[in-house]
Amino acid sequence: MAGAAGPGTGPGAAGGDGDDSLYPIAVLIDELRNEDVQLRLNSIKKLSTIALALGVERTRTELLPFLTDTIYDEDEVLLALAEQLGNFTGLVGGPDFAHCLLPPLESLATVEETVVRDKAVESLRQISQEHTPVALEAHFVPLVKRLASGDWFTSRTSACGLFSVCYPRASNAVKAEIRQHFRSLCSDDTPMVRRAAASKLGEFAKVLELDSVKSEIVPLFTNLASDEQDSVRLLAVEACVSIAQLLSQDDLEVLVMPTLRQAAEDKSWRVRYMVADKFSELQKAVGPKITLNDLIPAFQNLLKDCEAEVRAAAAHKVKELCENLPIEGRETIIMNQVLPYIKELVSDTNQHVKSALASVIMGLSTILGKENTIEHLLPLFLAQLKDECPEVRLNIISNLDCVNEVIGIRQLSQSLLPAIVELAEDAKWRVRLAIIEYMPLLAGQLGVEFFDEKLNSLCMAWLVDHVYAIREAATNNLMKLVQKFGTEWAQNTIVPKVLVMADDPNYLHRMTTLFCINALSEACGQEITTKQMLPIVLKMAGDQVANVRFNVAKSLQKIGPILDNDALQVEVKPVLQKLGQDQDMDVKYFAQEAISAVAQRLRKLDFPVKGSEEPSAPGADKNHFLRPRGPGEDTGKGPAHQLHVNTRDTLAQLGTAELVHFSRSRD
Amino acid sequence: MAGAGGGGCPAGGNDLQWCFSQVKGAVDEDVAEADIISTVEFNYSGDLLATGDKGGRVVIFQREQENKSRPHSRGEYNVYSTFQSHEPEFDYLKSLEIEEKINKIRWLPQQNAAHFLLSTNDKTIKLWKISERDKRAEGYNLKDEDGRLRDPFRITALRVPILKPMDLMVEASPRRIFANAHTYHINSISVNSDHETYLSADDLRINLWHLEITDRSFNIVDIKPANMEELTEVITAAELHPLQCNVFVYSSSKGTVRLCDMRASALCDRHAKFFEEPEDPSSRSFFSEIISSISDVKFSHSGRYMMTRDYLSVKVWDLNMESRPVETHQVHEYLRGKLCSLYENDCVFDKFECCWNGPDSAIMTGSYNNFFRMFDRNTRRDVTLEASRESSRPRASLKPRRVCPGGRRKKDEISVDSLDFNKKILHTAWHPADNVIAVAATNNLYIFQDKVN
Repeated sequence: MAGAAGPGTGPGAAGGDGDDSLYPIAVLIDELRNEDVQLRLNSIKKLSTIALALGVERTRTELLPFLTDTIYDEDEVLLALAEQLGNFTGLVGGPDFAHCLLPPLESLATVEETVVRDKAVESLRQISQEHTPVALEAHFVPLVKRLASGDWFTSRTSACGLFSVCYPRASNAVKAEIRQHFRSLCSDDTPMVRRAAASKLGEFAKVLELDSVKSEIVPLFTNLASDEQDSVRLLAVEACVSIAQLLSQDDLEVLVMPTLRQAAEDKSWRVRYMVADKFSELQKAVGPKITLNDLIPAFQNLLKDCEAEVRAAAAHKVKELCENLPIEGRETIIMNQVLPYIKELVSDTNQHVKSALASVIMGLSTILGKENTIEHLLPLFLAQLKDECPEVRLNIISNLDCVNEVIGIRQLSQSLLPAIVELAEDAKWRVRLAIIEYMPLLAGQLGVEFFDEKLNSLCMAWLVDHVYAIREAATNNLMKLVQKFGTEWAQNTIVPKVLVMADDPNYLHRMTTLFCINALSEACGQEITTKQMLPIVLKMAGDQVANVRFNVAKSLQKIGPILDNDALQVEVKPVLQKLGQDQDMDVKYFAQEAISAVAQRLRKLDFPVKGSEEPSAPGADKNHFLRPRGPGEDTGKGPAHQLHVNTRDTLAQLGTAELVHFSRSRD
Repeated sequence: MAGAGGGGCPAGGNDLQWCFSQVKGAVDEDVAEADIISTVEFNYSGDLLATGDKGGRVVIFQREQENKSRPHSRGEYNVYSTFQSHEPEFDYLKSLEIEEKINKIRWLPQQNAAHFLLSTNDKTIKLWKISERDKRAEGYNLKDEDGRLRDPFRITALRVPILKPMDLMVEASPRRIFANAHTYHINSISVNSDHETYLSADDLRINLWHLEITDRSFNIVDIKPANMEELTEVITAAELHPLQCNVFVYSSSKGTVRLCDMRASALCDRHAKFFEEPEDPSSRSFFSEIISSISDVKFSHSGRYMMTRDYLSVKVWDLNMESRPVETHQVHEYLRGKLCSLYENDCVFDKFECCWNGPDSAIMTGSYNNFFRMFDRNTRRDVTLEASRESSRPRASLKPRRVCPGGRRKKDEISVDSLDFNKKILHTAWHPADNVIAVAATNNLYIFQDKVN
């Protein structure tokens, strides 16, 4: 705990008289009740500091009773409290006294806010491990029973999460009681509680004896799986995974499979969706034999379900399902029992289904091998590349690497190109953005020749897109391309085109040149940067638009580290100094920033700036000796980023002097 | 219609006598617009009664415990908590004012010692927590009992605050705000029996929410045509089934009700059942469509029936029979001849609500002139009662009222022409277990009970 600074070197430290180290603790205690939530939260987060100062005795007898009744507070305070108490055992006197923490956590386990309740349960689970077996039965188990038979369903839902931690360590008689309580919660009147029980069923099953699993958990599972509320039934599917792992194949067939089959054909689409969504887990849990006999037919049905949500969830699982099949006979199963259904989905009416399939279908090629891919999958990929929905095309393109490994991308390139071009010019900028992000990947796989021939012009066109996000992405894309294809390629194909834009009548395009230079300089190296880029940047310092000029300053700062000292001293410095006296406030500001950065690099070199003795205005840049001259200069109205600098300072102060600020603010 | 039933009122097998219990709200003739009650709702136990008004306020009344020493004061409702639920807002993007009026209140099933309700105006649904607090922490380290600051250097010992009992305080705090999901005006909210979701309906769409998630809702019904000029009907009300978490109904301005099953598919654009009574061609008129518009739909507590209210009647449907209602009760048939003037003063668009009693044996709905109607489903008897200050002596029995449909007026009858159409009872609520009803008459809330023998 970070807050242990100050008095608490040992328990009982609170006794010292006139000890002013008590002061910060006193503040923390008082602020447990401050009107400001933030201060209360702050105090709660330093609860360990308070407890340390009070000593274990007073923590148990005074602090904890007080905290037990503070459940009126805001959720975030309660959440922090619930979390703190989970690590509090040491502060109340060790495992022998761990039970003292139960009352406050018990009251937190009944609040209506799920996150708080869950955190309280989590802390209770943590603390349960610190109880001795005797204390567990004397204190913890009664708490679980109280919660389980509470009047309000919030307490009963919390109880569901506690059975599995106390069961393994309880005596046989208590075990029977615990099972009885769990059983009754599984048939609780409120669906909330049944849902909580259903979601903990698997976890509880794992700690039970196998006989009890068969004789008690399975019937509960069967009941929950046929609950009248579909919100309960769907949670039983999850429990199915855990229970299936515990049973032998024969038991599984008799005890679980009827229910699972029923779930896969449930009337409610949400239950079927859950089966589709958990398919891989189910597949692993039931093993290969049942998978072949039962799950594959069920999966076929899910792939042609009448509800699109279900089909989409199933489509997402196609690859995992195929991967997890036993290698022997895998190909035949896929070809005969899965692929025919996938083919149908390629022309599904719902675009979410198609795009879900497109995001995984490419993965099948590695499983099926070259010939099958060319014969069976390729036609599907090609159809999907022509799909009317851009997301489908994008998903195919984004997974090209899988196919590349198997058949080489050339097979696809004829169809790929029109698809890429169309996406590149899509009316929706988010679609354009998505395809840009795949460009480096595509370029790597298609090779430099193909790229230069077909795609380079697209990449350059994006630089003048009318959406900033696209121009920005295009800039980053260029950088990645250079990393891939090398500097020579950059010098020949990219750099000239970028630099031409410096003379564009549109200032946004001129700025794009600067952004490109920022991104490319490092990848291109010193020579290209100094010889080709720097002159253009320096020339632009005279631009009539202030935004361009301050971006020149930023660019110079950015490329500074790549340039040699000579260039910095002779070429960059004068230009920055000139910009430092610009009419525009922002240009001046960024010029200063750049100057100080460059100065750091030329540490030994003298940067003469006159008027450095001037007292700096509060909030001004730290390197005040670099502030530009100018007698009538208004230091007060700095641009907004000065404020930013200021806040950063204050925050830094706060960070280093957590406790000190209390005493200072109260003097 | 058998309007001539005796002095008794329906509910249960024996006729029972309703008597005045309480009236809430100002007595003034001048009614402030903001004070007009816009919704009334009992919670699941009936111990709390919430009202919302056009000023965006929610007032919650709590039923007093039965008092042995004063047997006549049994079950009075007193103010428990009052809070401002919604404020007037302005949508700058659409240049629209958003009224603060509370359209609906729905209680959540109780989950811990606190109570929760959903309240909504036209656009935004809020989840409120109403909780009690009876302890207060005392003792500061840096302050004396009287609030004077202590010298920081003279703190010699740490004090941990102690909780002391204090007077009961009821707090209402907003827990969640479900906003930005409705383009049109929200007319209904309904909490699901799964205790984790609820639906909200506006004129053209129905959304399904998770009670803990405010930034996402699922659209389950959308009847907006691609071209708004082709719009022929709107959603007027929607409700979830009280027991089956996957079933809900919504009513339309064309007098029909659709029942949807959320199990069948994620989008419920296709209904599972369609309830419509064939129109009688002989009574067709200019007003047919307007008066057939359904203003409220409510499932019975058993979940077997539902009730719909249109302008002139209230109908009970068996969920298993879509072709016609099993019962039709005329609420104020005598107005059929006056539809023209009711159209002119816009009354024909009034949205009357309806409600069931606890055992589903009787139903209640409002009318004009501060009259409200009750129908006993077993005895087929009905009665018209009046919410008025004139009979507001404690324990005074309510006298049945009769409206004379025209022609010669008998003694004790009221002529149709003398009805006050500004005094309308749109919102009523029936205690879920007892014979206690709450009737909102403009800015007053009347509470009536059955007479104990």
